[in-house]
Amino acid sequence: MVSHRPVLIINAHLVDPETGREEAGALAVENGVIREWGHAIDASAPPEGALVIDAKGRVLAPGLVDLRAFVGEPGAEHRESLASASRAAAAGGVTTVVCMPDTNPPIDDPAVVDYIIRRARDTAGVRLIPSAALTKGLHGKEMTEFGLLGAAGAVFFTDGARSVSNAQVMRRALTYARDFDALIVHHVEEPSLSQDGVMNEGELSSRLGLPGIPKEAETIMLERDLALVRLTGARYHAAMISCAESLSIIARAKDEGLPITCGVSINNLALNENDIGSYRTFLKLSPPLRGEDDRKAMIEGVASGLIDVIVSDHNPQDVEAKRQPFIECADGAIGLETMLSVALRLVHNGDLKLPQLFRALAMKPADILGLQQGRLRKGAPADLILFDPDEPFVLDPESLHSRCKNTPFDGSRLQGRVHMTMVDGRIVQES
Amino acid sequence: MTISGREPRLFPHRHLLGIEGLSPDDILQLLDMAEEAVEVSRQVEKKKTTLRGRTQINLFFEASTRTQASFELAGKRLGADVMNMSVASSSIKKGETLIDTAMTLNAMRPDLIVVRHHAAGAVGLLARKVDCSVINAGDGAHEHPTQALLDALTIRRAKGRIRGLVVAICGDILHSRVARSNLILLNALGADVRVIGPTTLLPPGIENMGARVFTRMRDGLKDADIVMMLRLQRERMNGSFVPSVKEYFHYFGLDREKLSVAKPDALVMHPGPMNRGVEIASDIADGAQSLIREQVEMGVAVRMAVLEALSRHLPNGEGR
Repeated sequence: MVSHRPVLIINAHLVDPETGREEAGALAVENGVIREWGHAIDASAPPEGALVIDAKGRVLAPGLVDLRAFVGEPGAEHRESLASASRAAAAGGVTTVVCMPDTNPPIDDPAVVDYIIRRARDTAGVRLIPSAALTKGLHGKEMTEFGLLGAAGAVFFTDGARSVSNAQVMRRALTYARDFDALIVHHVEEPSLSQDGVMNEGELSSRLGLPGIPKEAETIMLERDLALVRLTGARYHAAMISCAESLSIIARAKDEGLPITCGVSINNLALNENDIGSYRTFLKLSPPLRGEDDRKAMIEGVASGLIDVIVSDHNPQDVEAKRQPFIECADGAIGLETMLSVALRLVHNGDLKLPQLFRALAMKPADILGLQQGRLRKGAPADLILFDPDEPFVLDPESLHSRCKNTPFDGSRLQGRVHMTMVDGRIVQES
Repeated sequence: MTISGREPRLFPHRHLLGIEGLSPDDILQLLDMAEEAVEVSRQVEKKKTTLRGRTQINLFFEASTRTQASFELAGKRLGADVMNMSVASSSIKKGETLIDTAMTLNAMRPDLIVVRHHAAGAVGLLARKVDCSVINAGDGAHEHPTQALLDALTIRRAKGRIRGLVVAICGDILHSRVARSNLILLNALGADVRVIGPTTLLPPGIENMGARVFTRMRDGLKDADIVMMLRLQRERMNGSFVPSVKEYFHYFGLDREKLSVAKPDALVMHPGPMNRGVEIASDIADGAQSLIREQVEMGVAVRMAVLEALSRHLPNGEGR
């Protein structure tokens, strides 16, 4: 392994979600870990041979940890390879990405977990780590080898964009998972209520003549899962919630002390169903975009900490999959590269403070994975980003590193650009 | 020279994708032009030259004998060269996308494309990819604007007005593009619109779309001037949305007894094709209060009016 050169980042605006501190100062990296940081560091005497980076007042924060990205490797590299996902992540300030298991073959065998880990090591600059399928073949019928898959390096178990509709299968999976302290991550949507739908159910879906997905598809599945968590005591994470009703369900379960966490997609924080306009297929998402009241509730959920994490729900779809009538096109939008800039909107319009935002983008997801990153802590791996939160730009999809360009923020005015991404004390992206 | 013969107010749209987006003035203009087209169609010599040299393609991704025939006749009576394409049986099966089909046809330089597609929004999507005028002949459960226009023309000719009339739209509102287009149009022209159906067949939020909602025929039909029945698709009759044909006809089928609570001079409409004995009793469909045959005649007239109004926006048309 190449030895680490010490790094000293000076003139930075430091943001730490763990202590809530935001201050001007410097940060020192040694052997790939954070040695010290703060306003008191002597910036005039860097260690010998150190790389000194002048942050010029930009924000220095922990790199983002994204619990949900769909990468096409193996099997659909034309959509996204581990290398292209890594470039997109680095450009977006995401230093750890959990890959969803719906590859081809799916990640339901320890050999595939091993393959992903090795390919990521060889081709990716950021940390790309595999999740594994919750059920064999993602068919929702038989649980996978939680023990062996976990030992091979799978960080949690999920069927990706699919929900396990059979309650007995879910109950057994949760029961068995508990013995291995395995984390179950679930897409909460009752398929029998959501399968025909393509957007939020309501007046707008009626006007557009599109079949809707009621919020109850989400709340019924969430309530069921939480009842099973109560029964089994397993660790559980609701991958993405989208409506205020789900938030109250989560609040009650957390009050009760259940071992649960939940996430929200960046899209449900930034967009609402009206953005679909005249059938914009890049906004066909799962869970669907809901109304403005729900979007606001999701933001409050992040602010209060009831919602633990924000995910990109990065889902590259090629042109052919999206150049279809709305009802027929594929779900999903890319998000790795834009998540931070889009999330910064919430800071710019006063909904969140930077440390609050980084709690949901970095610290809490790292906690869920049992990683030390996601905060500025002495001894934690130096996965760091330097960004200018105010720098304005208009998003040109062609400038994105992802192999697919299905971004709902196509042509949007955004603020906040990443200038440097560091993983393990090494710079993986710089501009 | 236009069909109406009067000073043309230019119809300001290049496509007709829906009733949504049309002003009451636009709608009235089309209805007035259609009145004239009715006269043309009743002459022995039915041929106009307005669209002479123009190419009209009827692109139907979903089979429809009557709508396609109506558009074909309308185009031919205006002198256009009309080509019918049923895509359900050709390219789509070879994996060609809607947009590829649109671009291919566009390269053949048609002037007007009439499109029916099974997906809501598909016609609008196609319109963004071609250079000619596009007419929506029905897109999924979204809109079917020429049906709403022909219904309005039929009502206006039968009743002399639309404003203030009580119009009850009955049956499968949820899956009906006809209901949506009619709701928007009838509201724009000041009718008092009601929808009647079992709640399983009503779209969510319909009460905010300009309709009073009833779930019992006798309540909704009370004092109605116009009773508009909708077709119930066969696959929705057997337990998925309603329990059975028998129960549906019992509660929602239009028969003499239910019609008796409407105004004595109430008129009955149906966009066709009818399921006799499912949503409408045969004696009502064929009876004195039925406007169903007139609707078919008005269909050709309205489509002539639409084709002509849009043709003014074609290159070298009057509007350019």
